[in-house]
Amino acid sequence: MYLDYAATTPMSQQAIESYARAASDVIGNASSIHGDGRKARATVNKARRTVARAIGAPANDVLFTSGGTESNNFLLRGLAKANVSRGRHLVTTAIEHASVLETFRRLEREGFHVTYVAPNEEGVVAVEAIEQVLTEETTLVSVMYGNNEVGTKQPIEAIGELLRKRDVLFHTDAVQALSVETLDVDALSVDAMSLSGHKIGGPKGIGVAYVRSGVAIEPFQVGGNQERKRRGGTENVPAIAALGTAVEQNEATKASRVATYETYRTIMLETFEREGISFSVNGTDALAHIVNVSFEGVDVETLLVRLDMERISVSSGSACTAGTVEPSHVLVAMYGEADERTRNSVRISFGEQLTEAGVAQAAATIARVVLRMNEKREGSL
Amino acid sequence: MTKEQTRVVVGMSGGVDSSVSALLLKEQGYDVIGVFMKNWDDTDETGFCTATEDYEDVIAVCEQIGIPYYSVNFEKEYWDNVFEYFLDEYRKGRTPNPDVMCNKEIKFKAFLDYALQLDADYVAMGHYAQVERRENGVAMLRGADHNKDQTYFLNQLTQEQLERTMFPLGHLQKSEVRAIAERAGLATAKKKDSTGICFIGERNFKDFLGEYLPSQPGEMQTLDGEVMGTHDGLMYYTLGQRHGLGIGGAGEPWFAIGKKLDENVLLVGQGFHHEALYSHELHAVDVNWMTPRELPDTFTCTAKFRYRQPDTGVTVTRDGDRAVVVFDEPVRAITPGQAVVFYDGDECLGGGTIDTVWKDGQPLDYVG
Repeated sequence: MYLDYAATTPMSQQAIESYARAASDVIGNASSIHGDGRKARATVNKARRTVARAIGAPANDVLFTSGGTESNNFLLRGLAKANVSRGRHLVTTAIEHASVLETFRRLEREGFHVTYVAPNEEGVVAVEAIEQVLTEETTLVSVMYGNNEVGTKQPIEAIGELLRKRDVLFHTDAVQALSVETLDVDALSVDAMSLSGHKIGGPKGIGVAYVRSGVAIEPFQVGGNQERKRRGGTENVPAIAALGTAVEQNEATKASRVATYETYRTIMLETFEREGISFSVNGTDALAHIVNVSFEGVDVETLLVRLDMERISVSSGSACTAGTVEPSHVLVAMYGEADERTRNSVRISFGEQLTEAGVAQAAATIARVVLRMNEKREGSL
Repeated sequence: MTKEQTRVVVGMSGGVDSSVSALLLKEQGYDVIGVFMKNWDDTDETGFCTATEDYEDVIAVCEQIGIPYYSVNFEKEYWDNVFEYFLDEYRKGRTPNPDVMCNKEIKFKAFLDYALQLDADYVAMGHYAQVERRENGVAMLRGADHNKDQTYFLNQLTQEQLERTMFPLGHLQKSEVRAIAERAGLATAKKKDSTGICFIGERNFKDFLGEYLPSQPGEMQTLDGEVMGTHDGLMYYTLGQRHGLGIGGAGEPWFAIGKKLDENVLLVGQGFHHEALYSHELHAVDVNWMTPRELPDTFTCTAKFRYRQPDTGVTVTRDGDRAVVVFDEPVRAITPGQAVVFYDGDECLGGGTIDTVWKDGQPLDYVG
């Protein structure tokens, strides 16, 4: 049973068909001036309009990249560098995705000052906490929309409003949020946003970088005039076409999926309760498809393996060297390193292919494994 | 229980021995799971980490064999129970054996516990040793390849551990293992055997130790007190060692024959067979008797005092977890901190740590 949709989702049948169609029918390079080129460009631009509509942006402000990681690298680096004359202070949070954190660390080595704002115990970074660290030198703030590990939603709209007033650029990593949240770049007052195809039933290796028109940004990948010189490289036409299809479907099914995922979440937690398991949920107000659960007294490394043996795929933290699991930096930021919840929590995430019966069965299996581990542990004392 | 229902968790290091162990068990029909132990982190500034490279090999082999694989982190357990012990012994002027401790505390304790949590029936390792399941328990026998036999390092295993252990290579010669790996086209077939202590790897031993322990240079003296030069720090020398003394001059080469810890003096003597290097008896601590047999309080058997040394006839007198071991013939360079391991024919009876060395009924106080 696959319960790791936050890691990646299977491609939807429509997206696969869209991909296959573009791969076989669209032979041109979107930069070429001939008919085949125009056909490729039309395919790309159709997807661009679909994506733009989904986030309330003009089509010209939507760029295609190789994925969420590239979007984060490109946007943060490009915005920081292009606006360096206004200041060298950048702000982000301690619970961002590694592609955001590592980009900021690199910028620090290049002379920028970065403030990493801590979340509260609920995994939320308050707008006041952001406000406190802003200086005259601050040019850019990046706060993720919904956390990829615990799912907690951040007060993006309020932060956006604050930063609009302070004339500070605002980026949000909405890679996890797109599946279940309605995103509108104007309502959120964001200047830049990262999205990814494979979290919403699209292909891997394709992503979106939104940049508000008029905002200066340095290109990241150079060597061509594609994407209005902001991202060089021949467009990945089949993946872009499939991404467009996936976004369209994602928008059409969002409301009903959110309701379904909430049911799944209830089934999970009620099962754990009924089975008498000692557990708690990490973070409040989470994205509908993510639930992060701490199982008291359980070693997460062992739990993941035991669940895998039962054919249940969930995850925890981030992969460390040599295949071992490192405590999640998100949980460490929420609770501190010593807290045992950093070592006994798993992320369960839902997607379209699940059924209520399947989720109920998986919940029962997880409960059985956790109980068995507790028995074994007590037995060995 | 059929083999299909018997779950074996194989400790995989990314080397050819554990690779072939997993392959053989899979071919025999067991429910095999490969697990890599990450015990040490040597990630350098370029991001290179030996464990990552080794784990890549584990993945390649498990993909070829068609078994699931995982990784488990025992860095903390290793540091606390193996590495701290290792440093501590050096601080005491002794020469520890971290491989013995790694088997005792990590591979057959932390790892075995982990495997049991995965409902394993057995753990398997690529050691050259054999288990023989008898009526009254499990005996551990030397590996059929006597040149590769690793029972010396396994002397601290208990009956409970042996009951849960398989050594799939025990009946094979190393050359046969290589041939099996090559025939199966395993990714690790041509991989060089690791040498030395795992956490030091290919690095210079002296440099490594110097990073963790302060080295204090001092005098090298003969037993008569004649100063022969300076040493770099007592921890860098092992009894019977010739290299690194740097004493020239006429006559036979010089050897380390003892240490005066309180004066920071390294005792040296001329000639491989210097009489001060020879002793008649040792006292061992932390002695573990793994054999399922009942042993008398005093008995004769053979013993090894170093890895890959021929056995010596001894008389053992047991006293709880201690033992007095008297040699049939004087033995050269018995080194405190190393293991003494007892055998009856091919069966490993058990072993302990060499604590003191005796000659003519007196403990040698210069043997640190």
